[in-house]
Amino acid sequence: MKYLSEYQDGDVARGLVQRIRATATRRWVLMEVCGGQTHTIVRQGIDELIDGAVELIHGPGCPVCVTPLEQIDRALHLAARPDVIFTSFGDMLRVPGSTIDLQQVRAQGGDVRVVYSPLDAVELARRHPTREVVFFAVGFETTAPANAMAVWRARQLGLTNFSLLVSHVTVPPAMTAILESADNRVQAFLAAGHVCTVMGWWEYESLAARYRVPIVVTGFEPLDILEGILLAVRQLEEGRHVVENQYVRAVRRDGNRPAQDLVLKVFRLIDRQWRGIGPIPGSGLGLRDEFAGFDAERKFALGDIRATEPALCRAGDVLRGKLKPFECPAFGRECTPERPLGAPMVSSEGTCAAYYNYGRARAPASGDH
Amino acid sequence: MRGVLQLRARARPGERGSLTSTASPANGPACPVPQSTYAHVQLGHGSGGKLSAALLRERFLPRFDNPALAELGDGAVIEALAGRIVVSTDTFVVAPLEFPGGNIGTLAVHGTLNDLAMMGAVPRCLTAGFVLEEGLPFDVLDRVLEAMSGAARAAGVPIVAGDTKVVERGKADGMFVNTTGIGVLRDDFRPGPRGGRPGDAVLVSGPIGRHGMAVMAAREDLRFQSTITSDTAALAPLVELLRDRVGRAVHALRDPTRGGVASALNELAQAAGVGVELEDHALPVPEAVAAACAVLGLDPLYVANEGILLALVSPEASEPALTALRSHPLGAGAARIGTVVAEHRGLVTLKTRVGGSRIVDMLPGDQLPRIC
Repeated sequence: MKYLSEYQDGDVARGLVQRIRATATRRWVLMEVCGGQTHTIVRQGIDELIDGAVELIHGPGCPVCVTPLEQIDRALHLAARPDVIFTSFGDMLRVPGSTIDLQQVRAQGGDVRVVYSPLDAVELARRHPTREVVFFAVGFETTAPANAMAVWRARQLGLTNFSLLVSHVTVPPAMTAILESADNRVQAFLAAGHVCTVMGWWEYESLAARYRVPIVVTGFEPLDILEGILLAVRQLEEGRHVVENQYVRAVRRDGNRPAQDLVLKVFRLIDRQWRGIGPIPGSGLGLRDEFAGFDAERKFALGDIRATEPALCRAGDVLRGKLKPFECPAFGRECTPERPLGAPMVSSEGTCAAYYNYGRARAPASGDH
Repeated sequence: MRGVLQLRARARPGERGSLTSTASPANGPACPVPQSTYAHVQLGHGSGGKLSAALLRERFLPRFDNPALAELGDGAVIEALAGRIVVSTDTFVVAPLEFPGGNIGTLAVHGTLNDLAMMGAVPRCLTAGFVLEEGLPFDVLDRVLEAMSGAARAAGVPIVAGDTKVVERGKADGMFVNTTGIGVLRDDFRPGPRGGRPGDAVLVSGPIGRHGMAVMAAREDLRFQSTITSDTAALAPLVELLRDRVGRAVHALRDPTRGGVASALNELAQAAGVGVELEDHALPVPEAVAAACAVLGLDPLYVANEGILLALVSPEASEPALTALRSHPLGAGAARIGTVVAEHRGLVTLKTRVGGSRIVDMLPGDQLPRIC
């Protein structure tokens, strides 16, 4: 299967690792933005291969992880209503709210269903006219077009029993927030390739120039990530700071214009709360007023639901790259994938789960076994 | 009286369509038994009354015909078995009931036979219990029973006792099947879960991930098309080959069903107090499985299999064991995927293609497809 295996070739990987090591004259600090990239890095042991030449800080780009606690509580509240069919991507089902998670709501009688596309939720609404179908619209720019399309389609069909519980966030404001923070250590970014398939990279050009930070649009296979790291290290060594595109097979500068247009027709930029990080101005998407009827928060008057994060969970520090998961006192003790305190321990893209599942900090010393 | 009413009812369509159609078998005059006219399982089929008796007589007994079952007693009488006996039971739930490569019936027979085979036992007989949901189409039930009888016959193992219950619509997912198997151990061949020793080769008898992905592809809500078929198969022939060629050098056997290769190897590592080191590049993952897993965000190591086995064999027996497995069509894709080590006891590690290393842990629950 060339389109996958050729991006995992061991010989090419070793060559890239050597070139990264040969190029770096000091230990550079890079952040991969996307949780999918974190997953590949830890799963394949890439951080260990380049340790010494590059430190990788894992970014906040896991949509499950940054969805605020109170939004999860709103989801739990809706899912428990007898008139509601609550639909979600599978990842969200085990994310703990203040009390329980969606799987437990389902066990207690809630109608919670995993779907693979928001359009499947629209179809459910069409087939069940007497029920309210709510889709949990989480994610970055990658999932926004499909969610916009779902609302568009529901309006076309004249459905009044379909709505989104929206928790959409966007990448550039989060990168800005990281660069603006007083204790920022990030010297270059690997930008999230799949976000850029939709949005392109023109948004990042001003960021790279203003903060003098190299940004490399990077894919998700091991060789993509190693090549992205090499390009970033080269820029750092040469004192350049531009946007480069490693993920040429999928990303163009302008991105996918029709998808962007649809997103802007349905959503508008709003301030959003990021779990563990706090509010970031203009970092989220909310439904436009003309689509208010499809907004579950307005439809079901959920504004009163508020929540506070568990004090023990240091997810915010992990998401900002200030703490490696195993440095958290709760990691592997009070907080495991079976009983997660915070979302990064739940999602397969979550940094804590990646470290736990792939045995980092429990793993035998690499190389000699 | 019932017969009279039926004759009247049948007469009407016959008259109307007399110029163009012939009566279907269901309308023919030969069979006065009412359930023949049902297309779906009714609650009455579990009543213990005439409908139940007819269900048994018409659909179950002809397919599972054997002397012990034919007695129709409250239990099956079988001859005394010499040696130590192995009993294994398993309950099967799968949605959809039918999928490319098999159905719940094939699984129910192969699954329990394979559990016996992994113990090194020779299977002697099976029992089968059915929970049918009201409304289950009879044509589905017929195909499931046909598959069960075919699988049992091919393995040479009779289904000697059975039971059928019907529950109200909505209280079961079409049908559930339980099978129990009885087998006999042999003195010279005792692969057990605790048998793994440092240095052992880790072998797999064929490509991984086929069953789980075939079932996922068959689900309505996924709508991805694939050519993946379930690997469901009885593994006894492979076990016999291993026993004949390398015998006691086989230290442990396990069929990696639910939880996949990763979970099965974790269990073997923990049971024997050893570590397992896998090589990513050696794992036989079919292209279609790898592609489907990549799209859905799943790891083939955790996807269910129903027709492959894992064997821990002493190092010098590794090649002869592979040759033995590959001599059978079921084992054509056999491969060595790793080694048992004395280090990191109870843990499975994997060397990645790019030269890194990681732990392959057990999952807390089902694999959940990720968002993007």
